[in-house]
Amino acid sequence: MLPAIEVHKLSKWYHLRADLPAEYHTLRDALAGALGRLAGRRPAPVRTVRALDAVSFEVRPGEVVGIVGRNGAGKSTLLKLLAGITEPTGGRAVLRGRVGALLDVGAGFHPELTGRENIYFSGAILGMKKAEIERKLDAIVAFAEVEEFLETPVKFYSSGMYVRLAFAVAAHLEADILLVDEVLAVGDLAFQRKCLGKMEAVSEEGRTVLFVSHNPAHVKRLCGRAIWLERGRVRFDGNAHEAVARYQASLLAPPDDPATSADGFVAWRLVGEPDPFTLDHEGPVTLEITIAVREEVRDGLHALVLQTPDGLRVAGWGFQGVRLSPGTHRLHYRFPTLPLRPGSYRWFAGLWDGGETVDTLLFPRPLVIATPAHSVLGDTWAGVLNVPCALEVKKTP
Amino acid sequence: MRSRFISRVSWGKAVSDDRSLYRVIEPSQGWKALRWRELWAHRELLFFFVWRDLKVRYKQTALGAAWALVQPLAALLIFSLVLGRVVGVPSEGVPYPLFAYTALVPWTYFSSTLTQATNSVVRQAHLIRRVAFPRLLIPASGALTGLVDLILSLLPVPVLWALYGSGPSWRLLTLPLWLLLAVAVALGAGTWLAALNVRYRDVRHLVPFLVQLWFFATPVVYPSRLVPAPWRHVYALNPVAGVVEGFRWALAGAPPPTAVLAVSTGAAALLVVSGVIYFRHAERAFADVI
Repeated sequence: MLPAIEVHKLSKWYHLRADLPAEYHTLRDALAGALGRLAGRRPAPVRTVRALDAVSFEVRPGEVVGIVGRNGAGKSTLLKLLAGITEPTGGRAVLRGRVGALLDVGAGFHPELTGRENIYFSGAILGMKKAEIERKLDAIVAFAEVEEFLETPVKFYSSGMYVRLAFAVAAHLEADILLVDEVLAVGDLAFQRKCLGKMEAVSEEGRTVLFVSHNPAHVKRLCGRAIWLERGRVRFDGNAHEAVARYQASLLAPPDDPATSADGFVAWRLVGEPDPFTLDHEGPVTLEITIAVREEVRDGLHALVLQTPDGLRVAGWGFQGVRLSPGTHRLHYRFPTLPLRPGSYRWFAGLWDGGETVDTLLFPRPLVIATPAHSVLGDTWAGVLNVPCALEVKKTP
Repeated sequence: MRSRFISRVSWGKAVSDDRSLYRVIEPSQGWKALRWRELWAHRELLFFFVWRDLKVRYKQTALGAAWALVQPLAALLIFSLVLGRVVGVPSEGVPYPLFAYTALVPWTYFSSTLTQATNSVVRQAHLIRRVAFPRLLIPASGALTGLVDLILSLLPVPVLWALYGSGPSWRLLTLPLWLLLAVAVALGAGTWLAALNVRYRDVRHLVPFLVQLWFFATPVVYPSRLVPAPWRHVYALNPVAGVVEGFRWALAGAPPPTAVLAVSTGAAALLVVSGVIYFRHAERAFADVI
């Protein structure tokens, strides 16, 4: 089957004049530039910003793909290009099917118009036909819960009502391919949940969705797959949990581990893994922690804890009678298995000697677990452990 | 490089049954055609733009659509007193108020459409950054919305007929042609200025001067006969001249605009074709520069 979305080396470069604030041009500047060129002066240098730099990927029909990344990583640019709002500088993309782009809540809303009138115009500008809007009007109004205010200008709406109506119009767009940008980040919690539910329903209908979000929990919940963009390039493309974990880890991780003074715990890494901070299998695995001690440790009590980013302790290990001579040591911990669900985790280590604290440290660099999850996709009931389980159904006679 | 990729795409089995929904996104090269198909696909949206503009235009105004009459009527009063009575400008044998009003109607449409169109695209910046649609719809809907005001402002014409003892003739039937010409001229000038204003906001400040100059270069309050004969063909390059003389001929029985018409219509066609082409070319970058 042909991919629903095919993106091939898509690029978007912006050229900014170095001597001007971004995107600010006047006739005077243009004339001055032209005169300057006539006079043989060289124009001011142009700074090129690569908002999107040769990005390639494919999306199968019915796939729900999340896009994660920092601000300015190119997420919105990508959606704008695919939606046809702006043109690429290079590359090519093919979209097969009716495209619905929801890059904004309330596109085309006018404060002076009534709720009903805004439904019509907003629906039309999002690409709905008049007949389609008429058919869906009741559903939209019911979803937005604004029945009583349908004939009221939206400038009198509360912000909650406004956003509900705006999302409701967008949510009822019939499209094979949906491009969604941050639309869920609005409204109160109850409405956010409703929107999320609607999005899930959309993805279950077999539509193709490209979903940009700053909220990793939403991406994990809605998407099977995610693409992590950084500085306009694809850093990772694959399992949504792994993509989110890697992205989040990159946010936490300083480039080097400046964690520590020369004294105490210095750094950790996994031994024998292609990426010393990422685990993509369940074990066995060896962790190495480097520690430097100034004085001899005679009867050390050493603790190692693995925890989630929000502080839940997944497992802890205690070791007694640790002896260390002054100097730097490498401690190796062998785990027969580390059955964790994909995500990011952190190590905590502590060492005490005769009741005196030698050092305690929550390592800043997270451990990324990229192991495929055993359970079905969807993070809601996922938990922490990744334990295989076979289901057998037997009918009682 | 491009052709290699295309060969990789096999257009065999469709994902969506409707192949017309396939959309290819790539950098456009040079001056492409007008992309009529895209425009045609959005004809319903044009209707919605006009509908919305009309709805919004007179909301929360006490006089409502009567405002469409206020501007040309006020101008009529001033020009009739000053130019008709005091100065005594010749008016081709037509009573001066009728002479002036039948020209003020298309002129008011043209000048207000032009002023409004210049800012129209920039005013919709939010929409342009967030939604994909042919941006040409914005100035086009402005030109069509103004048409409603124009037709409303024709209402006093029968009153003027009654006052000055004249009436309609068969020439009234040609009015749709003059309306079409008026829309073409307004759209042509409007698309040029709107697209230029996106890139150079200076245009907005130039437009009031432009409109004022244009007013005096158009036979609204004086007959084009006052222009010396050798200059009349240059003068006719102003496409609004043809529109105004056409209106005056159809509504007030002034001499036919034969001398001006051919040149004016040609200029109008050139203006609208070049304006629309330039706008369609420029609109692809609107989201980046607005």
